[in-house]
Amino acid sequence: MSTVTLDNAKVERQPLVSTDSWYEASARQRVEGLLDANSFVEFIGPEMREISPHLALFDLPEQFDDGMVVGLGRIDGAPVLVAAQEGRFMGGAFGEVHGAKLKGLLRAARDMASMPVLILFDTGGVRLQEANAGELAIAEIMRALMEARFAGVPVVGLVGGRSGCYGGGGLIAGSCSALAVSEQGRISVSGPEVIETNRGVEEFDSKDRALVWRTMGGKHRRLIGGAEVFADDTIESFRNAARYLIELAPAPTLDTLEAEQARLAQRIHDFGDCADALDIWRSLGASEPETIPALSYEAFVALADRLQEPRHDAR
Amino acid sequence: METLNYRNKAQQRAKGTRRQAIVGVVASGNLEVLVERILPDGECEVDIRTAAEGFGEVWQAVIADFVERRSPGGLKLSINDGGARPDTVALRLAQAVSAMEGERT
Amino acid sequence: MTVWNSAQRLRDERIRAGAAYAQGKRVAKADATALLEAVIRPGDRVCLEGDNQKQADLLASALAAVDKNRIHDLHMVQSGVVLPEHLDLFELGIARRLDYAYSGPQSQRIAKLLFGGKIELGAVHTYLELFARYYVDLTPQVALIAAVSADREGNLYTGPNTEDTPAIVEATAFKDGIVIAQVNEIVDKLPRVDIPGDWVNFVIESGKPFYVEPLFTRDPGAITETQILTAMLAIKGIYAPYGVQRLNHGIGFNTAAIELLLPTYGERLGLKGKVASHWALNPHPTLIPAIESGWVQQIHSFGSEVGMDAYIQARPDVFFTGPDGSLRSNRAMSQTAGLYACDMFIGSTLQIDLHGNSSTVTADRVAGFGGAPNMGSDARGRRHPSQPWLLAGKEADPDSPAPLRRGRKLVVQIGETFGEKNAPMFVEQLDALKLASKLDLELAPVMVYGDDVTHIVTEEGIANLLLCRSNDEREHAIRGVAGYTDVGRARDKKLVQQLRERGVIRRPEDLGIDPLDADRRWLAARSIKDLVQWSGHLYAPPSKFRNW
Repeated sequence: MSTVTLDNAKVERQPLVSTDSWYEASARQRVEGLLDANSFVEFIGPEMREISPHLALFDLPEQFDDGMVVGLGRIDGAPVLVAAQEGRFMGGAFGEVHGAKLKGLLRAARDMASMPVLILFDTGGVRLQEANAGELAIAEIMRALMEARFAGVPVVGLVGGRSGCYGGGGLIAGSCSALAVSEQGRISVSGPEVIETNRGVEEFDSKDRALVWRTMGGKHRRLIGGAEVFADDTIESFRNAARYLIELAPAPTLDTLEAEQARLAQRIHDFGDCADALDIWRSLGASEPETIPALSYEAFVALADRLQEPRHDAR
Repeated sequence: METLNYRNKAQQRAKGTRRQAIVGVVASGNLEVLVERILPDGECEVDIRTAAEGFGEVWQAVIADFVERRSPGGLKLSINDGGARPDTVALRLAQAVSAMEGERT
Repeated sequence: MTVWNSAQRLRDERIRAGAAYAQGKRVAKADATALLEAVIRPGDRVCLEGDNQKQADLLASALAAVDKNRIHDLHMVQSGVVLPEHLDLFELGIARRLDYAYSGPQSQRIAKLLFGGKIELGAVHTYLELFARYYVDLTPQVALIAAVSADREGNLYTGPNTEDTPAIVEATAFKDGIVIAQVNEIVDKLPRVDIPGDWVNFVIESGKPFYVEPLFTRDPGAITETQILTAMLAIKGIYAPYGVQRLNHGIGFNTAAIELLLPTYGERLGLKGKVASHWALNPHPTLIPAIESGWVQQIHSFGSEVGMDAYIQARPDVFFTGPDGSLRSNRAMSQTAGLYACDMFIGSTLQIDLHGNSSTVTADRVAGFGGAPNMGSDARGRRHPSQPWLLAGKEADPDSPAPLRRGRKLVVQIGETFGEKNAPMFVEQLDALKLASKLDLELAPVMVYGDDVTHIVTEEGIANLLLCRSNDEREHAIRGVAGYTDVGRARDKKLVQQLRERGVIRRPEDLGIDPLDADRRWLAARSIKDLVQWSGHLYAPPSKFRNW
């Protein structure tokens, strides 16, 4: 009888299964992976210690970058401006500094009018502790974003983090030229708990996570045309989506805004009576809508392309 | 919140030439460590702002072991802590020194 | 003249009283409380089936609604105190005395009722111990049980969650007790018969599935780097050198991490087929990647797990399944298997003292034991040899002649030095002792006794208590892996260093493990969705674990 001997030579450092999950990655890891290697230059980095002026008043922990990473990098050699929210710090919520960093980036993009912007959303909305500053920041960001777009700058949103894209984040996402979302990503304004609190559990059971995802999750947003690209939960897939959407993003004109209005009216007309996302998917032409949540990435992309044109001139 | 500061003598200068690095995030049970190469080679300073009050002795012990094992000479480490457990603190400190071993910036 | 069949007469009397509400064996749901009032007598020993997972929820509500002037002072003998109604019985004065084994979700309230004197506690048992007492001195007069379906004769199909039912029914039915079953539905033909109909007196159709707690679902998304480090230490420092093939895992995140590291880290170490092939284990979703990668030969289960049924049915080579294809679990049998036929138990705990005693009881929680004490104890009645058992025995007692030397089961406690809310896992004195003195108990509720523990694994390293030769060494082996807890910082550094040189304590670096490599990318699945994909979409997790 002998004990098991270990073949130490075989033990390598690199794990066997290793895809870089977007959902798992930090804001910094997402930025690193999204851009060409070593191309990222951060603006107002953590060493500047531009922290929230409000959190100390509430005796709360701060983060040196206030949960927002902004800077300049390259994709395939072409320069892009990037902003990434850290969804684990205060749920990625917007505060004064956090918001100002994104607003400043968008204004710079507007003034230069030569580089696209990528916003890596991961947010529950506005920070309660700095609500006024946060709400103001949302409004200013939306204005700066639209000004940048009118200056011809594509602004592309990427959604696939653990905090989703809620509250003011949902409004900003709605202002973007184009969006990519993964299955884990959620886009909405009011979150599940907010809806349940205001309208009752019969209206929306926030603990029913299957319901939450089929109402706000990435697959649903792609199917109803809220997002142009459905990304796999890998940094590589989001990089490809960003590359594609930067090229695709149309500049807004009066025509595109009117087309968007018409599309939203049509959506209400088509789906206004639906009680559940499953009904919407069925009326879009999905023969077995209840199977959609379980579909693999590839199968879902094929289905979504069949049911919903992948791009709109309007958003 | 409680603030703590520890200065230690380090045996050796930390490896690498990177000027700064940041690891971790501030969340419940987690922390961020900003590490900057701005001190003389034989010194190491750790600056902490923590949500968990009354753990000074534990911090001191964790940092003493860290300085002895990792020799972070020349480094200033600034910590924002969301109430991480000592094992997580020790891991992040080790990750921070390891991140400085690279080149550039 | 001596009467030799008084219990039979009493049983017949109870059945006659109950028959007033029955058509054959069938009783309407609305008459459930009336049936219980007719059948149960004050002071009866009643087993209200509350298992680790499956709950006779309809019968629990019905019992809590009886008239306490008619039914009172019941002695509840059930393994799990899980539903609020289980404790309502005591608050309402329907029940007075309790003998049980496990009380996970009710651990805080049960503590309050114990302190308030509402519950007269017999003992907190291990599962096997309580089942054993069903056959000696805690035989139920009435058993209220749960099954999936019944046929017209009262034959029962328990479904994948058979759990405690056979042990309870056997003791009750063959000692003149009354067995009342709630079933989800009554059907013409059962998929299989788990309990014969002539052991069952009354059947109530509830019209909806009984409640099952998803107790063994651990979301890989919540596994930390430190837990991964402890898993790497355990695999390389214990599974490999002892060659542990037959084992049981606890339900914590550390062991979930081990399950998810087998097909990655374990594979890299070349351990496939050499360790972790035969299990006494619930169908843990986190074991799916190891099963799919061909690590697992067979698993016998205490109960099932929510969402795993279709997967289990599709893997009959691995699981125990009936002729109908569905899982047949059995807590009493699986506990016996874990006690006698497994070479290792590894699980987490809340507190460990300097002797190695461990407990999940804290000042305000009386969680009970569940299966850990049976799994986590050396079976003194064991006689068959196996490599890990002999090796552990030799380490503990190198001087005795091999043919006369007892082997040892590996009993491993694994965890981080600090738990939730920075509570230290290592303590000078267990909270269980304080609880025992407060409640005037003769025995402190110790989950695993120190003399059964062979190894303690933390992020600081592995302490091999088998190699300790004195109490002082043992204490310092424990302090030596206790990290920055008060217990850990009070170590004699020189003594700990000596223990390390002898291999009693092994640090990550002694095993060639760099803590910086403890990365979530080692996990074969990093989310519940990954587990679903590994299972070929056969695993259907409960909605609360989804993010899709």
